[in-house]
Parts: sequence; C-alpha cells; structure tokens
Amino acid sequence: MNPVPSHPPKKPAQQERRGFLGVAAAGLAGILLAPGVRLIEIAQAASGTASAGANPKVRWGMLIDSTKCSSGCTDCVTACRTENGLPENPGPTDAQWIRKIEIKEVRTGKTQSLPVMCQHCAEPPCVDVCPTGASFKRADGIVLVDKHICIGCRYCVMACPYKARSFIHEPVTGQKPDVPRGMGTVEGCTMCVHKVDRGEQPACVQACSDAGHGAIVFGNLNDPESEISKRVARYATRQIREDLKLDTGVRYIGI
Amino acid sequence: MAHPQAKRSARAAPPPLQGAAPAARRSRFCGVPRLGTWVLVSGLLVAGVAHAVDQPGGRVPKPVIEAARSGQCVEDPAIMRRDHMKYLKHQRDETVHGGVRGAKYSLKTCIECHASQTTQSVAATKTNFCVSCHSFAAVKIDCFECHATQPSRTSSFHPLVHPAGTTARLSQLVRQLGAETATATSQP
Repeated sequence: MNPVPSHPPKKPAQQERRGFLGVAAAGLAGILLAPGVRLIEIAQAASGTASAGANPKVRWGMLIDSTKCSSGCTDCVTACRTENGLPENPGPTDAQWIRKIEIKEVRTGKTQSLPVMCQHCAEPPCVDVCPTGASFKRADGIVLVDKHICIGCRYCVMACPYKARSFIHEPVTGQKPDVPRGMGTVEGCTMCVHKVDRGEQPACVQACSDAGHGAIVFGNLNDPESEISKRVARYATRQIREDLKLDTGVRYIGI
Repeated sequence: MAHPQAKRSARAAPPPLQGAAPAARRSRFCGVPRLGTWVLVSGLLVAGVAHAVDQPGGRVPKPVIEAARSGQCVEDPAIMRRDHMKYLKHQRDETVHGGVRGAKYSLKTCIECHASQTTQSVAATKTNFCVSCHSFAAVKIDCFECHATQPSRTSSFHPLVHPAGTTARLSQLVRQLGAETATATSQP
C-alpha cells in the first residue's frame, strides 16, 4: 500500500492559476491604491470598448436566396422591428425598413417571395440628391442617414428606386439605445450597423438562419475568402433594377 | 452694523403726534413707515444676506443634480460642465460616420452612468441628470427626441461594474477559479 502524501505535488495548472491570481490581485491593488488614476480609464483601456470603426477595405453585402425564402414567412421583418425598436404593428404612415414582397411571372404563374430593404448601393441616388449631406455612404459601403443633419426634405425617399426610405411623421418614444429614431427625419435599413460594428450579423440574417431557412448570407464582398464572395462567384446572382447600374450591396439568387 | 437706510428713515420719519388721527393714518398707510418697521426689515435683510453667504452656493439657487452611479467621470466635472456638448458633438460624427462605438465621450456611456437610480433615466423627471441642469440653465436639448434616455441594461451600467467590464470579468474569473480550486481539492 502506498502511503498517501500529505501534500500532493502541485500540478502545472494549479501553478498557472496561482500566477493568475497574483496578477489579478496586483491589478486589483493597482485599481484600489494608485492615487490619481481614473478608474474609468483603466476600465476602458482594459476592456477596449471603443470599436475600430468602418473599414474602407470592407464592402458589406447580403445575398438573398429567394428559392429558400418561403411565402408567408416574416421572420426577418419581425427581427428587424424588434432589433431596431420599430412599432410591432405598423400603421400606414409608420416606418418600414424591410418588407416581404411576392412576385409572379405573368405567363407561367410562378410566384416567389423575397425581402426587400435598402440595397446599400455603391452609387446611391439618395446620397446624390441629399441637400445637407445627411444621407451618406460609410467607408464600408453601408448607406445611412445622419439624423443630426437631416432636415426631413424627403428628396431621398423620392430618389430611392427601392422604396427603402421612410419619413417619421409622429413623435417617437421608447427608442433603443443603439438605434436613435425621431420625428421629422428620414430613416431606412442600417444593415444593423450597430451590430456589424460589434462584429455581429444583422438581425434579419440572424433570424433567418436561426429559423433554419438560411436564405440570407451576410459578409464582406471585398474578401474573396468570405462565404458571400464564394457564393457570388459560383451562382448567378442578380440585383434589382440592374439597369440603373447602382451596384447594390444586396444581391438575389433565383429572381 | 446698522443699515444706512435705517438711519435715513429714522431721520426722515417724524415722531407721530398723540391724538392726531389723520396724521397717524397717513403715516401708517401711505406715508413713510415707522422706525420700528425699518429696523425690522433691515435686520431681516442683513440676516438673509448672512445666511446666503454661509451657504456654499451663495444666494443663487442651484439645480438638484442626482449623483452618477459610481466612479469618476471621463473628464473633470468643471470641464464637463463647460464642454460636454463639444465632446458629444465631436463624438456623434465619429460614431455615425466613422462607426467608432463605445468611445470615451459616447452619449450611450454617459447615459449608462448618469441614469437615475429611481427612474433609470437621464430625462424622465425634473431632477434627472440632464434635465435638471438644462431646465435650470434654460437650454433646450434635442438629444432625447431621438436618443433613448435609458440604458439598455437595467442594473450595473458603469464600465467598472458592467457585465462586460474589467471588474466584473476579474470577479467572474476569480469566482470561476475558486470553484475550480474547490473541485480540484475535493478530488483525491
């Protein structure tokens, strides 16, 4: 019978843990003791809260496979409303960032269902017509409205061939902290820019894949290794109103 | 210290005549007040001034400002009082056009720290952080016609106590390690 040692030999993992505890204690002591050190700066420096910002080498885009998009499913629309604080049951004058449309080929009667939202054009007409510069394209290709300088003239609403912009007529309450919205300004799909900046996917893409449809792929069109670029290279994709040569960031399969 | 007005009024006010009813009525209702009244008023004034000087704010009333949740503001309070709008305006362009989020002067982080403990908001009631000062200074703010006045999380908003913050992460790791150590020692 082997005698049981009173002190078992230290395992490397335990030593690592002790080392970490020492570092953690030193860090805590630094937080508690160092005079003149602003705690918020330590916290912000350590957690690295500020995001890097829009990368001009990136072109965000979406690929929507209308063959996988079923008629009557509105998961993407619901997710958009929830994420961005839009009204659950929109009235006729409420904002609409994404909508489901049914298209039908007259001759054959074949119907298809697909979501339409801001197409995030490379040459956006809404940006061309904006008199104040409020409608703008970010460095990474996302087209947005800067509501601080939007005067609510609605030129962009008229200029957009996709009916993607809405004007807010009524006072808004209960906004989400990440999605400010207010009366007298124009708004549209932001490609969930607050989520994209955090490294997440837009809400509609997430909802579609969570529901098991997987009809929307989101990614960087400039990166040849991204899933969206591979699919765009392999399958025939189309833009809505290609004749306008707007080079949309949202592309469709099967229309 | 005697009030100069009190002296002047003492000289100006004639002693009221006994039995002269019309003169007494005049002095009481439309003439110069009596010496006693002047002494009383000036005494009250002196006392009031002394009381106001004793207070830290002087004679000017100050807005009721609710304390922030914890920790230190991103800048010295005196600088923030004067320049917070410049920081916010600069940051808003960085955020909207440049996509820089969670920066030092982000309005969202301001709101997370300064939201009232009772209303969870910076602009729900008159004593809430932003509104109390702005109504006092009579400066209208448009921020909250679009921006949310409440943080998305309802507890522990400050970066130091934030679920994603350093302290929270450290304590979580320490707890985790404690649990691991406990299981390690309980095993033979």
